[in-house]
Amino acid sequence: MSSDHSNVSVHEHPPPSFGVPNLKLAFWLFLASDCMLFGSLIATYLSYRGKDQLFGNGPYPLDLFSVEVTTISTFDLLMSSVTMVLAVAAIQRGNMFQTRLWLGLTALLGAIFVGFQGYEFTHFYLEGLKLQGNLFGSTFYVLTGFHGTHVTLGVVWLLLVLATTFTKHKGMVTHLNVEVAGLYWHFVDIVWIVIFTLVYLMEYTV
Amino acid sequence: MASPAIVLPEHCSEEKLSGIWSWITTVDHKRIGVMYGVSALSFFVLGGVEALAIRTQLAMPNQSIVGAHFYNSLVTMHATTMIFLMVMPLSAAFFNYMVPLMIGARDVAFPRLNAFSFWTFLFGGLFINSSFFFGEAPAAGWFGYANLTSIQYSPGPGVDFWALGLQTLGVASLAAGFNFIATILNMRAPGMSLMRMPVFVWMTLVVQFLVILSFPMITVALILLSFDRMFGTNFYVPEAGGDPLLWQHLFWLFGHPEVYILILPAMGIVSEVLPVFARKPLFGAPFVIFSGILIGFVGFGVWSHHMFTTGLGPVADTAFSLATMLIAIPTGVKIFNWLATIWGGSIRFTTAMLFALGFISMFTIGGLSGVMHASPPIDLHHQDSYFVVAHFHYVLYGGAILGLFSGIYYWFPKITGKLMDESWGKVHFWSSIIGLNVTFFPMHFLGMQGMPRRVYTYEGGFGWDLWNLCATVGAFTLAISALIFFINLLKSLANGEQAGNDPWDGATLEWTLTSPPPVHNFDLMPKVTSERPFWDQKYGSTHGHDDTTEVAEEEQLPAEIHIHMPPASYWPMVVSFGVITFFGGWMIHPAVAVCGALTVIVGTVAWTFEPE
Repeated sequence: MSSDHSNVSVHEHPPPSFGVPNLKLAFWLFLASDCMLFGSLIATYLSYRGKDQLFGNGPYPLDLFSVEVTTISTFDLLMSSVTMVLAVAAIQRGNMFQTRLWLGLTALLGAIFVGFQGYEFTHFYLEGLKLQGNLFGSTFYVLTGFHGTHVTLGVVWLLLVLATTFTKHKGMVTHLNVEVAGLYWHFVDIVWIVIFTLVYLMEYTV
Repeated sequence: MASPAIVLPEHCSEEKLSGIWSWITTVDHKRIGVMYGVSALSFFVLGGVEALAIRTQLAMPNQSIVGAHFYNSLVTMHATTMIFLMVMPLSAAFFNYMVPLMIGARDVAFPRLNAFSFWTFLFGGLFINSSFFFGEAPAAGWFGYANLTSIQYSPGPGVDFWALGLQTLGVASLAAGFNFIATILNMRAPGMSLMRMPVFVWMTLVVQFLVILSFPMITVALILLSFDRMFGTNFYVPEAGGDPLLWQHLFWLFGHPEVYILILPAMGIVSEVLPVFARKPLFGAPFVIFSGILIGFVGFGVWSHHMFTTGLGPVADTAFSLATMLIAIPTGVKIFNWLATIWGGSIRFTTAMLFALGFISMFTIGGLSGVMHASPPIDLHHQDSYFVVAHFHYVLYGGAILGLFSGIYYWFPKITGKLMDESWGKVHFWSSIIGLNVTFFPMHFLGMQGMPRRVYTYEGGFGWDLWNLCATVGAFTLAISALIFFINLLKSLANGEQAGNDPWDGATLEWTLTSPPPVHNFDLMPKVTSERPFWDQKYGSTHGHDDTTEVAEEEQLPAEIHIHMPPASYWPMVVSFGVITFFGGWMIHPAVAVCGALTVIVGTVAWTFEPE
């Protein structure tokens, strides 16, 4: 694009009236929307919590949970937020090597979390917790499964952003693209903190 | 001074912008708006035919023109079609076409995402309706109450079509929601502060916030439903401890904001039409705007007034009753502001103006019966009776649809360059008003006399015979009025009078452009100095500002301006196809759904790497 008439308000790159780039603004809106999605799923889980006991319909959460294992996977996911912050900081400094390093590490930590979840699902299933079995099974698998899907999509996304850093396509590897992927990643992380507290830790309180 | 020459990229040349392929791959908000409009009006005909079948069946007692089950399908599909495939997309047509023009933008924030929204909506609508040809149309009502929707009580594929189709439509609406909020907040022309935005744009903004915050809840409700039906989960299964009321909560948490998603666009249109044809600025515009925001906000806190009869207890009933009555206040503020706008104005009774006035009067009737339902003891009597049917048809036909018709008559000249025929328009208006009152007013009586909703026939001798026949006559009057509208539309399109740029002496930016507007909208970004920029330009400021003359003319303009236009793309349609394959695929085989998901991923990646 020629820029020899930059003094005129033509429709080249209108400055965002709201001060936030379009992509970032739209993404914040998506996160608001996704909050309602997880809010509904969590509300569903909580409204059915403990109902199986009334129906004598096991297995119950404490028969299955291993808070040690889930704490490790939670720690893993929290650390991925740290590496994500480092990736955003690296691309802000223009350091491509570190950007790739931290993006890759974030995706790896995310994949490890998904692996933990796969292990947990398999383990619970073999212990007798079926999607169709009782309300705990239905609500637990759907809530944590949706979160796991979000993490998986996040890993794919991070790998795509990582792939674009190797392309010749200038303008793809922008600070904004990494930052927006980071927004998503932190959001998924925060949702997990809520799920970990409400679904797992709350079972250990009186 | 001479205006600069506009140079558009090669892909915007005349021959590149004709033919079917150019429509399929278009990312132009104006063309997408037109496609939304045409699709919505086609679904309007379909939903109307369903309504006629319903009214024919109910014209006299003990008829069996359609069977009980097919009648249920008709009721379900009439509501689903009119809400999701007619009123919402027709509103979207105006959002698409008008919002960028009214805020002085070249397009929406994400043009390809916009195309994706349209195709996803269209595929979703066709998918739900294809159920008529694949065994069974949905028959559990548009509200789909659990556990009527369970495999046990709805064994056919209808509910699956409905649930998966609505998911698809939800994806379309959500994508459009993010897009339009970003557009409105971020792409306003210099000087157009939020409070200078046209009220229609404001109402669009409120509606999109309602969409992005309420649709996820029905998404979850439908996911749980589909899981129950396809994978045997227990979310709505009482025997396993599941609670059918969970569905009602999730559904109405979405469903009540949805009511405002349907009506606020019409309120926005009326707020544009009334000032122009009364030749007065909108009375108390900030109050109209804040009332709209308040309606949207409180609209999230009233959902349980749809559930008074489920026995939520006196505390919940009181809270929701109060909140519901509160919503009448901002609504009333708007109505009085509209009345004050026309008060003392020099009114021109064009068809657009008549429909706007019709909106105010008919919507008020629907609003009054609505406030009655806010009282739980009264609601207990009205619940599931024809009184409720009367109420929401006054709000949706007398409100939303009359408002949208007003918008069609108002903006048709801008979109096509032709005026719609005014005498046919007036016949359309009066036949609509007569038809809708003859159809829906007697339903108040039927409800009071105890006629339940959603029954496919009734015994004679309850005093229902006359009013049912009356409603059926009214329904056919409405059909004739719609026919008159379509004749007028086609006639005016073929050989309507030339409209010129500004046939109504408009106040907002879209009237500064040619009719139809050029593909790139504005040559120069308009400078806005008040909420009525075009009136200021024509008549001088009414605000005492001195900077009303076009600032752009003061600047040194280059001889030619190169305008960046996004190239056409077929990827949005491919991704939409992936979305519908993903959702629809579950009905065939999970492998098909996986193919759909892969199409979405591949399409999205290709889309990302496309030059913008």
